[in-house]
Amino acid sequence: MRVVVDPDLCQGHGVCESEAPTVFELGKNTTVTILDPTPGEELRGAVEAAVRFCPTAALHINEELHINEEE
Amino acid sequence: MTVALERREPPRVSGGTGENGHLEELRVDPIALLTRVRAECGEVGVFRLADREVVLLTGAEANEVFFRAPEEILDQAEAYPFMTPVFGEGVVFDAPPERRREMLHNQALRDKFMRGHAATIAAEVEGMVAGWADSGEIDLLDWFAELTIYTSSACLIGKRFRDQLDKRFAELYHDLEQGTDAIAYVDPYAPIESFRRRDAARRGLVTLVEGIMERRAGAPPSGDDQRDLLDVLMSITEEDGSPRFSPDTVTGMFISMMFAGHHTTSGTAAWTLIELLRHPDELDAVDVELAELYAEGAEVSYQALRAMPHLESAIKEALRLHPPLILLLRVAKEDLEVDGFLIKAGQMVGTSPAVSNRITPDFPDADDFQPSRYLVPREEDRSNPWTWIPFGAGRHRCVGAAFAMMQLKAIFSVLLLEWEFELAQPSDTYRNDHSKMVVQLEQPCLVRYRRKAGRKPAGYAGGEPSA
Repeated sequence: MRVVVDPDLCQGHGVCESEAPTVFELGKNTTVTILDPTPGEELRGAVEAAVRFCPTAALHINEELHINEEE
Repeated sequence: MTVALERREPPRVSGGTGENGHLEELRVDPIALLTRVRAECGEVGVFRLADREVVLLTGAEANEVFFRAPEEILDQAEAYPFMTPVFGEGVVFDAPPERRREMLHNQALRDKFMRGHAATIAAEVEGMVAGWADSGEIDLLDWFAELTIYTSSACLIGKRFRDQLDKRFAELYHDLEQGTDAIAYVDPYAPIESFRRRDAARRGLVTLVEGIMERRAGAPPSGDDQRDLLDVLMSITEEDGSPRFSPDTVTGMFISMMFAGHHTTSGTAAWTLIELLRHPDELDAVDVELAELYAEGAEVSYQALRAMPHLESAIKEALRLHPPLILLLRVAKEDLEVDGFLIKAGQMVGTSPAVSNRITPDFPDADDFQPSRYLVPREEDRSNPWTWIPFGAGRHRCVGAAFAMMQLKAIFSVLLLEWEFELAQPSDTYRNDHSKMVVQLEQPCLVRYRRKAGRKPAGYAGGEPSA
C-alpha cells in the first residue's frame, strides 16, 4: 500500500501521528510529513485507523504499489 | 484552469427585481432562495446582493472547487462585512490557512488540552443545572447560549476570566449576534434597531472587560499556573511601559475568539435535543449508550473524548439538517471557471451547507432525521466530503470541529444521564430565525425537564479539571 496526503486538506490535527507514529510525523510542523510512504502490511491496521480518523479526510491509501517508485 | 472552450456566464435565478436584488429575500427566507438557485440554475447560479453578484455553487464537484481554492483566488476576509462592527475595526475576521494551522497547533484547541476542556465543560453544565428544581422549564436559546458563553470563555480564555463573568455578558453577546442583518451588505452601519443594539452591546462588553482588567491590575495572579490569556495580554507593554492592548482591543479579540464556537455550538445543542425528543427511539438508543458507558462511574472528561456512536450520529444529523452557518462566502480575486461557467474577479462566490447537506442522491431521505446514516456501512458524512459540510471543508474547515463534538458529547453526557426532557410546545413550532446572518432558534423554544428517578442532586462523578 502507498499512503497519500492531500496537502490542500491537511490542517495538522496530528491524529495520524498518534495512530501510526512511524508513518506520520507532525512534530512542530503544521502539516503532516509522511515518513514511510509505503509501510509494510504489519502496519495496515494502524494506517487504516489514521486514514479513518483523520478529521479532514486528508489521507488515502492507494492499494496499487507501482513498480516505478520514482514516479 | 486551462480554458479552451468559450466560457459562459452562469444562469441567474428568478426574482430579485428590486433595488437591492435578492437582499430582501435573503433577509426573510434565505433557504428558499438558495434552494431555488440550485433548482433553477443547477450547480452554478447567480443571485444579487445589493450591488454585488453572488455565484452560488452547490453539489460535490462545484463545492470541491470552492473549498480547495487558495486565498489568492477566493478570499474570505472581504466576504463578511457584517462582522466588522461586531469585532471592531482592525480585528480580522479570519486568519489565512497557514495561521489557522498554527493556531490549532499551538493553542487551546490542541488535542492534549481536550481532556481538561471536557472536565471544564462538564463542571459548567453541572453549575447551571445546580440551579434547577426537580422539574421545570427552560428556553433552549437562552439556556444553551448562556452555557456556551461560560464553556467557551473558560476553555479559550481561561477559568479566571470565566469566573468573572455572569449572565450580563451572555445577554450582551446575544445582542451582538443579533446585529448581523444582511443589510450590512448595503451599509454595515445602517440606522436600524438591531445595529444600534449591536453597537451598544459592544460598548457594554468593553465596559465589563475594562472593569475586570481594573480589578486585576490591583490583584495580580499569585502564580504562573493561575494566569489566563487576559493576564498574558495585560502583561504585554509598549517600550514606555504602558499597556499594549486597550480594553477595546482585548474585547475585540475575545469576541472574535468566542464567536465561531458560540452560536454554532449553542444552536447545535438545542437542535440535537429537539430532534431526539421528536424521535423517541433515537433518544432511547442514546440513553442506553450513555447508561452503558457511564455504568462504571467513568468521568465525563474521559468518556467525552471516546466513541459514542449513537450520540455522535444524532449530533451529526442535527448538524446536517440545521447547519449553524447556511451560507459560506468568498470574494473572487481573479477570474475562474467552474463547471464550464465563468466567475469574474470581484464577484462573490458562495456555497450553502443548508442546501448541500440535503442533496438527495448523497443523502437518501434527505429531510428525515436518520442518525443511522453515519453508522457502518452507510457513513454518509465520510463518503460525501464535499456535500456533508456543516463544518465546511478543505482549507477553511472549522478548526474547532473536534472541540465542538467533544463539547456536545460532554454536555449531553451530563444532561441526559441525570435529566429527562419533553417538548413544551408543538413539535413544528421549533424553528430557526433566519432574519440575521447568524442563525438562531426562534423564541419561544421551551422544553420541560425533570430529574430522573434515582438521581440524587449533586451526586455526580465529574472529576476535577486536569491539565
